[in-house]
Amino acid sequence: MRVMAQMGMVMNLDKCIGCHTCSVTCKQAWTNRAGTEYVWFNNVETRPGQGYPRRYEDQERWHGGWVLNKRGKLVLKAGGRVKKLLGIFASPVQPELKDYYEPWTYDYKTLVDAPLGDDFPVARPKSLITGKDTKITWSANWDDDLGGSTENGHLDPIVEKVRRESEDKIKFAYEQTFMFYLPRICEHCLNPSCMASCPSGAIYKRVEDGIVLVDQDKCRGWRQCVTGCPYKKIYFNHKTGKAEKCTFCYPRVEVGLPTVCSETCVGRLRYLGLFLYDADAVTAAAAVTDPQELYDAQMDVLLDPNDPAVQAAARAQNIPEDWIDAARRSPVYALAKVYKVALPLHPEYRTMPMVWYVPPLSPVVDLLRDQGHDGEDHGNLFGAIEALRIPVEYLAELFTAGDADRVTAVLKKLAAMRSYMRGISLGNDPDDSIPEAVGMDGQTMYEMYRLMAIAKYDERYVIPKAHVEQAHDLEEMGCSLDFEGGPGMQDTAHFGEASGRPVPVAVETFNALRDRQTSDEPPGGTSLRGRVNLLNWDGTGAPSGLFPEKALFPDKQHTEAGASPGSGTPAGEQP
Amino acid sequence: MLASEAEPGSVVEISTMDIVLWGVLPYVMVVVLVGGLVWRYKYDQFGWTTRSSQLYESKLLRIASPLFHFGLLAVIAGHFFGLVIPMAWTRAVGMSQDFYHFNALFVGGIAGVGTLGGILLLIYRRRTTGPVFMATTTNDKTMYVVLTAAIVFGLWTTLASVFEGEHGHNYRETVAPWFRSLFIFQPDIAAMAGAPFSFHLHTLVGMALFVIWPFTRLVHAFTAPLHYLFRPYIVYRSRDRDRQSTGAATSGTTGTAARRGWSAVGTRDRDTRNR
Repeated sequence: MRVMAQMGMVMNLDKCIGCHTCSVTCKQAWTNRAGTEYVWFNNVETRPGQGYPRRYEDQERWHGGWVLNKRGKLVLKAGGRVKKLLGIFASPVQPELKDYYEPWTYDYKTLVDAPLGDDFPVARPKSLITGKDTKITWSANWDDDLGGSTENGHLDPIVEKVRRESEDKIKFAYEQTFMFYLPRICEHCLNPSCMASCPSGAIYKRVEDGIVLVDQDKCRGWRQCVTGCPYKKIYFNHKTGKAEKCTFCYPRVEVGLPTVCSETCVGRLRYLGLFLYDADAVTAAAAVTDPQELYDAQMDVLLDPNDPAVQAAARAQNIPEDWIDAARRSPVYALAKVYKVALPLHPEYRTMPMVWYVPPLSPVVDLLRDQGHDGEDHGNLFGAIEALRIPVEYLAELFTAGDADRVTAVLKKLAAMRSYMRGISLGNDPDDSIPEAVGMDGQTMYEMYRLMAIAKYDERYVIPKAHVEQAHDLEEMGCSLDFEGGPGMQDTAHFGEASGRPVPVAVETFNALRDRQTSDEPPGGTSLRGRVNLLNWDGTGAPSGLFPEKALFPDKQHTEAGASPGSGTPAGEQP
Repeated sequence: MLASEAEPGSVVEISTMDIVLWGVLPYVMVVVLVGGLVWRYKYDQFGWTTRSSQLYESKLLRIASPLFHFGLLAVIAGHFFGLVIPMAWTRAVGMSQDFYHFNALFVGGIAGVGTLGGILLLIYRRRTTGPVFMATTTNDKTMYVVLTAAIVFGLWTTLASVFEGEHGHNYRETVAPWFRSLFIFQPDIAAMAGAPFSFHLHTLVGMALFVIWPFTRLVHAFTAPLHYLFRPYIVYRSRDRDRQSTGAATSGTTGTAARRGWSAVGTRDRDTRNR
């Protein structure tokens, strides 16, 4: 047994209102650069819908993830090493920009500059790729809220599949019955097929926390990872020619802060915490024959952090004590393995994804209420879950490789929790028959309720900080919390601001974030030793230090400049 | 064609120009190529990429790019066969001059035409596909001119031999000995000087290509990912390996800290890590 720690996320889909705040803040933090216009490390899809990029789940077309070969061995669906190298001159299966969308902007300048005339000036859309006029035909959220689903709904690969398997049964029901949102980030898989596809070996999994990253220096732009990832969560930066992906906000996580998408989530539906898993068991678990058993196999790989044997093995692997403690308090472990209400997305891709989802129950409740039933009564709820076969099948295609019973079991637990807690809220004695009906006891169900409904900040996010002794393993080399000038310290080194080791991004971000949150003044670059950290730029004005400071009287300066070059005018100093 | 039929290194007069071109330039080229590659590898890892434009356009690329690249691999193999392996060796194994000639022209011709067709198609695509053209830098354009010229002139030498037939120039008596002599630092300038103009031109443009190579996107060829065949699928960045290399107490063989002399630019950790 080789115990490793893995940062994981759970999203409670019941709470997602599809506001896209996570996507927007993620984009502002990570992908607001040229070349990444179309890149959404975090996106929110309306389901049923085609997803992003369009129809990414159709692996017969995109060849992502792993499959078992005839001998039952795990192989990349897009082909083995030799086949990949032979196809390297033009990646055979590669999404094009049109499968995402062509990013654009508007020539707003026209609105200001247009000469006086009879017609109102119009800001025309301009392609960010060609710079020319463009016609907007698709975007990252074109089919948001079932927009155009009568036209495009059938293009959802899962709708296609469910329809194929249940003939026309769902045809009429699905438009009326349900719609939900699916926020997606990189799954930070235990068995990542992007990594296996990378010819350069530039994609790696961090030993300390399992975050999957692309080494931007080692990446050579062969693009095989884009094909390899079945979730299409690796993007090609077309300006730098390198692959980029969700970083799990490692500079934040290393100092104990939640990821940007989690922190800004309006519905507070995201949970962050540690899993302990057996790294030696991953490959065998991913090679289970029956796709519907992959969920169980994945469960078996996750280790119980309360088990003394596991703890001892973790210590033997140099996992620090507070990390083991964090694993014990991990909300994601609780939701995934203790309460068993969180399910992995598309386990059939055999990548062992580590971002989990609590399937949505709300549509069931709403439906019952609309039909005049008591939507919170567990008898009614259980019945409704059984009756609503179609959404359950749809959910099953997403989360359990088609095993509807498993999804039903989860939904029943959620329904039971509602019903049980309503009884308590109304002042009745706890009805322990309700939790028993779903194989839980009252105490556990109450704890689950605490975690899912009360969802306190420090219970949702249990993020152990990066360790001093591990500092060298982390992305930011020389980064640790007792770093000279780390959190709590921001002194310059002995020989002025450019001397000494550079401040790691994680520490810099931590300090700048705290500065901004606790000070009344707009953020300045004074604490950054003359460097600029855009991770903290909130979009107001120009970040100080990025551009040379403007002279106070530019015209006057200009005329006098020749006379005294280099005489430092104090013009641009901070007040 | 008198000069070409002369025995290598006998009749041809060697001018200063010949010495510069065939005695000095090749070494300058190697210095720039190797030095440039080392410099770029050390300081511009982030810029070391294929800069693929497949995201913009895939249809034409999927035909043109493999055509060009596989053609080029064949061309490289042909150059190796023609330049490195002495004529005496092929004779020794019983390969007749005619047979060699036929093969070189037939296989080489096909490879050359494929490569040329590939690159012309790629250039056409680059020019006509809006986004691809937008992403084309001056550096790329310069590189394309030199690369295409090298291919065209190379193909010209091959085709010329086809039309000249039996009386064609035998580069294995001029260019090839000169090429081999470069490696023992005794350049046979006379042999090369005796080769016809088309070969001179092709060689010069080829050397120009190698000179600009490290400073263009062509560098991706030097990081062809052959190690992919042998590496494990799942890559962990190991704590233990880093510990060893950064541990102050150990006199680790991998750590720069233990090494004498100048430290590389950057933080110590960055430089010792996974390199």
